[in-house]
Amino acid sequence: MFEEQVIPLDVWISTCINWLVDNHRSIFLKLKWPVEQTLTGIEHGLNALHPLIVIIAVVLLAWRLAGWRTSLFSSCSLILIGLLGLWENTMITLAMVLSSVIFCVIAGVPLGIYAGRSDRFEQFIRPMLDAMQTTPSFVYLVPIVMLFSIGNAAGVLATIIFSLPPIIRLTSLGIRQVPQELVEAAEAFGATNFQVLVKVQIPLAMPTILAGLNQTIMMALSMVVVAALIGAGGLGSPVIIGLNSLDIGLAAIGGIGIVLMAVMLDRITQAAAQKKN
Amino acid sequence: MTSQKVMLEVQNLTKLFGSNPKRALPLLEQGATKEDILQQTGLTVGVHDASFTVYEGEIFVIMGLSGSGKSTLVRMLNRLIEPNAGSVSMHGNNITKMNHDELVQFRLHNMSMVFQSFALMPHLSVLENAAFGLELAGISKPERHKRATQALEQVGLAGWENSRPDQLSGGMQQRVGLARGLAVDPEIMLMDEAFSALDPLIRTEMQDELLKLQEKYRRTIIFISHDLNEALRIGDRIGIMEGGRLIQVGTPEDVLQNPVNDYVRAFFKGVDPTSVLSAKDIASSNYPTIIITKGGNLRTSHEILSSSERDYAFVLDPQHQLQGVVSADSIQDMLEEKNPDNTLRDAFLPHILSVHEDDTMQDILPLVAHCTYPVPVIDSENRFKGVVSKARFLNTLHRNGEASTHAKAQGM
Ligand SMILES: Nc1ncnc2c1ncn2[C@@H]1O[C@H](COP(=O)(O)OP(=O)(O)OP(=O)(O)O)[C@@H](O)[C@H]1O
Ligand SMILES: [Mg+2]
Repeated sequence: MFEEQVIPLDVWISTCINWLVDNHRSIFLKLKWPVEQTLTGIEHGLNALHPLIVIIAVVLLAWRLAGWRTSLFSSCSLILIGLLGLWENTMITLAMVLSSVIFCVIAGVPLGIYAGRSDRFEQFIRPMLDAMQTTPSFVYLVPIVMLFSIGNAAGVLATIIFSLPPIIRLTSLGIRQVPQELVEAAEAFGATNFQVLVKVQIPLAMPTILAGLNQTIMMALSMVVVAALIGAGGLGSPVIIGLNSLDIGLAAIGGIGIVLMAVMLDRITQAAAQKKN
Repeated sequence: MTSQKVMLEVQNLTKLFGSNPKRALPLLEQGATKEDILQQTGLTVGVHDASFTVYEGEIFVIMGLSGSGKSTLVRMLNRLIEPNAGSVSMHGNNITKMNHDELVQFRLHNMSMVFQSFALMPHLSVLENAAFGLELAGISKPERHKRATQALEQVGLAGWENSRPDQLSGGMQQRVGLARGLAVDPEIMLMDEAFSALDPLIRTEMQDELLKLQEKYRRTIIFISHDLNEALRIGDRIGIMEGGRLIQVGTPEDVLQNPVNDYVRAFFKGVDPTSVLSAKDIASSNYPTIIITKGGNLRTSHEILSSSERDYAFVLDPQHQLQGVVSADSIQDMLEEKNPDNTLRDAFLPHILSVHEDDTMQDILPLVAHCTYPVPVIDSENRFKGVVSKARFLNTLHRNGEASTHAKAQGM
């Protein structure tokens, strides 16, 4: 039993993707356009800035949001990154992370709010979020390459798919955690649906939404190496090149750069979330 | 109540919780109880067939055990819970028929609410919380802050405007809740167990605060409580709920003296009637009164007294204002003087004390105990309302004691 394949699902999927590529590739390339624009915009912006200005900006931001420890850590990390020769790659990675997070917020927060207010939509979207989070990212790299070709923008698209779920989940959770009595009180005083949302639910869900944002950023950062597999630049590329040429040193400094950035972004965004609390 | 203008008219309000609730309406009409309905249909009766009227300027208290449907009833008045049947109308406007926009306008301007759990917005300051209803109504910031500040002053929270709710004690938080309700200047304020979460001392303080505000502004308030003492203290009238039904409505004295069934009687078990009943409730009118224009005639008064077989008579002027008290002996003494100039006035007993009709039995007890004559009861214009004798006083105590110990005894 089961010696032969009965259901040729693999063939069907290939056929389906091939058909999409042959007939509708232009649609997908159009979808890619805003992502590409955002990405190149941010990338050019970051590259145009003198590294010192970037460092000062990050240090100030970290200081305002998270205090002097994180600020000190950020400045040391960025200087180390520069000294290791990783500055340009770091800026590319930062641009990719920022642009995927922007799209995750634009799509994820409204979806999360809707899921938080509608049980039916929550039930509908939950299995999809589970699938997005558990499907190994390598699986969808192939169709992404076929539909969107390779490069930074395709890498950002893969990153968006992977890092979208937490912000939706936590936005929904945050909305659901708002005490029912507060919603009732607002309604009793004549709040419309929209007023309940903007004056009660969103402000009270904000810390949870920001925690979701933090997770989304971390997930996006964890995709940089995978994205490098489909030709995206940034801190993932030294790792991939090191892997292919068995250059342990090159792979290691790429790794160090990623870790430093992860800790920096994590501290800063977590502090922002806590401040809202 | 002096002004009996109708504020709110509630008719046959019914709410069942569960799916497809209309199917149980016929059963309810046949008199099925809450338990029957639950067993036969799986539906929970929240409120069944509640009808009552609330008058302008009164505090109407709804009382009942936990689960008797008080919160459900009060939430149907502003339609936080949609009734399955029945109607609510205010000044003739049918609230149950309003569409969504009308309902929002109604909630913004006509009816506010104070909650047991306070339900303050933790992300807003005390001032912003008090101004919340006004903000929803789109009132400009300076104006709403002005009105919220006034409301906070009324509840004794001046100076706390910039604090956060969680920096305040429970009692103060509920003052904010009260200010939020007052700031929109509603026609009716709903208070769902507003003071139940506070400790006894603070609770009494808040009740006093409410009564003080009520003296000044005379709002119409519907107040939910499961605490009888609270109901008796603040309620002008009380409605009692049992298993989703409103089984009795009346003044505290009325309900205390004529409970409709054992459930109501059980509520009043342990209540000290002397704190509820006032002089006018127990005043009797079977003492003779003598109306005089000028001096009053001694001889006719003597006749009146001796034919009534009482020892005392109360002398009133034509407006029924109390002039004095005479006894059979004092008249006898005057008659014996044989002075033709003596009038009834000369027979008045010296240093007569009287009590006000709204004084409670507790208030008048020392006086009644100490006076040799039955104590006259008067209103604020000195008009005679009746008499409280020692015997009368004791009788009332005895009857109420019996009513609450022997379930069978009928109130009066
Ligand atoms: N949303 C709901 N769904 C189902 N049943 C409900 C709901 N709300 C109330 N009930 C039921 O309706 C009945 C009346 O509840 P309600 O909350 O009005 O009682 P209450 O008199 O306010 O009690 P308490 O003193 O505990 O506040 C109870 O049996 C309760 O279980
Ligand atoms: Mg309740």
